[in-house]
Amino acid sequence: MTRFILRRLALTIPVLFGILFLVFALARVVPGDPCRAVLGERATDAVCDAFAKRNGLDQPIPVQFAIYLGQVASGDLGNSLKLSRPVGQMLIDRLPTTVELTLLAMFFAVIVGIPLGLWSAVRHNSKADVGTMVFANLGVSIPVFVLGLMLAYLFGVVLKDTPFSLPPSGRLSSGVRVESLVQVWHLKGLTGPLKGLLDFLSGIYIPTAIITGQWNAAVDAFRHLLLPALALSTIPMAIIARITRSSLLDVLGRDYVRTARAKGLKERSVVLRHGARNALLPVVTIVGLQLGALLSGAVLTETVFNLAGVGRTLYEAITGRDYVVIQGFTLTIAIIYVIVNLLVDLSYGILDPRVRQQ
Amino acid sequence: MSGGGPIAGGVSTTDGLIETGRPTKPASLWRDTGASILRQRSAVVGLILLVALVLMAVFAPLIATHDPNESLLGQPGEQRRTGPCIHLLGCPEDQAQHLFGTDGNARDVFSRVVYGARTSLTVGLGAVAFAIIIGTAIGAIAGFVTGWADNGLMRLMDVVLAFPSLLLAIAIVTAAGRSLFNALVAIAIVSIPVYARIARSAVLSTREQDFVTASRALGESSIGILTRRILPNSFTPLVVQGTLDIGTAVLGIAALAFIGVTGDLSNPEWGSMIGLEKDQLFNAPHIILAPGIAITITVLAFNLLGDGLRDALDPRLNR
Repeated sequence: MTRFILRRLALTIPVLFGILFLVFALARVVPGDPCRAVLGERATDAVCDAFAKRNGLDQPIPVQFAIYLGQVASGDLGNSLKLSRPVGQMLIDRLPTTVELTLLAMFFAVIVGIPLGLWSAVRHNSKADVGTMVFANLGVSIPVFVLGLMLAYLFGVVLKDTPFSLPPSGRLSSGVRVESLVQVWHLKGLTGPLKGLLDFLSGIYIPTAIITGQWNAAVDAFRHLLLPALALSTIPMAIIARITRSSLLDVLGRDYVRTARAKGLKERSVVLRHGARNALLPVVTIVGLQLGALLSGAVLTETVFNLAGVGRTLYEAITGRDYVVIQGFTLTIAIIYVIVNLLVDLSYGILDPRVRQQ
Repeated sequence: MSGGGPIAGGVSTTDGLIETGRPTKPASLWRDTGASILRQRSAVVGLILLVALVLMAVFAPLIATHDPNESLLGQPGEQRRTGPCIHLLGCPEDQAQHLFGTDGNARDVFSRVVYGARTSLTVGLGAVAFAIIIGTAIGAIAGFVTGWADNGLMRLMDVVLAFPSLLLAIAIVTAAGRSLFNALVAIAIVSIPVYARIARSAVLSTREQDFVTASRALGESSIGILTRRILPNSFTPLVVQGTLDIGTAVLGIAALAFIGVTGDLSNPEWGSMIGLEKDQLFNAPHIILAPGIAITITVLAFNLLGDGLRDALDPRLNR
């Protein structure tokens, strides 16, 4: 097992290096002059030269790349050209929104998708099965932004003034706020990475509010996140349901399932203990892959629901040519992506001994 | 594709001979596939939807009730963002008739949706075709040459896969300049790795087969073996994946247009129709609903057809 983990880890190193290079290169080829994008069209050449010098833009590209690698290695992601804020601080502000959104969406997708898929496989070719698969096909076909807008309209306008109305934008109602962990635990003097970590965790509102007993804020945050998470969850939900269904159908046709039935086990036990346990292996992979794909959907969901998350920040940085933010955020996302994939591979190795030996 | 190849052709022959038992015409991969698709209800639905969409795109000038790009403002009875108005269903006669209402520039939404089919279908097909050609070339080279070229190319594919596809596509479009064509290229680039992997594994599994060894013994050149013996046998999984991916490509293009990175579009595009009017959701949801349904139907058609094609072409699923 250790060898398997080490080999898998070694494989990620060239990928990480490639990501660094691609991120750096992409940020440079975004057309337009960063100086004039940041300081305005009327900035003079002298001002722009000084700007280039201050930000290291006058150095040759390979030198810039070397400097960049050094900065990343020491954990410094630079300062936003537009907002003059450290990119690390911006990540602490914006990443929690996206993390909370994607995790809640994935939670919905898993708790609905897996049972739906299992049910559909057990009732193979029944009306329930056909209905589930129609739903699954629609789920992967409807664009996230269309579904998001429709949900916002339904729950924000049509059902307004009913108990079912839900807020169509933002993370909290005005006047409601979630006290951060640093405030609640009276750690005012705290600085450095630990404070950063606590601030990051505090940005994930629902668990923070629950842990610290801010019930009103927790409910408010959940109500705000419900629609975006629902919109975002349909695609992974549909995919998970389909994979679970076909995987269980495959497993239920195997000899060991026949043996289990022949032993006289209850159908419930055959399906859940012998069938589902083996059928869920491919589902783990899909969950991991979809977690990465959700980040793409998050860009759209954040736009529709007005959430200041990673996706929207990155989009604004790309269009505003703030290449320091582009680099920092894409790098972070790509690394999260690689780590998730790594965890999926490792969990696969744990769940299925055959994978380890390959 | 001449002479389907031993693998695909051989397997699908069996069910024609054994199951029906009557003396049939020599089985061909495509006839068997066609018959198999027509046996699946969902694939037939997909096919019908797709044919309808293609007809809508081809005959758009006949179907559309208005010029899709013309602002009707100033003409009698015309207003911005009116809801659907059909005289037969009781809409007042002094109001102009619009099946799906009008948008923020007082353009006819129905006509724009009809013309939008042209954009989405061509761009979706174009992106996938581009991705298949480049991806297959990369995968085939990697699988055939092996060694460091294989390693380098496939690690490059891993790097592309390490980015969320939409963000990478946004970055590529912004870098290359905002246009619909660059959006097509961006969507194609982010889907290349999938085809590279499929082509590579197909090449790897075919290159040691006896018929390839035979060609080599007969003195066929490497390129000849690759293009005439190996690639035709890798065709099936690529086509299946491609059909499924057209839907994804249509979604991707719509998303890029929705965000607004495709620049100003001279032709109607469903995603940008939604993006332009998204702030009017609470006053005029129909402007968003109509193109939204159009995108969903298009993607659904390709997904259903792709699933059907996969079931028909994958012999392991013939149960």
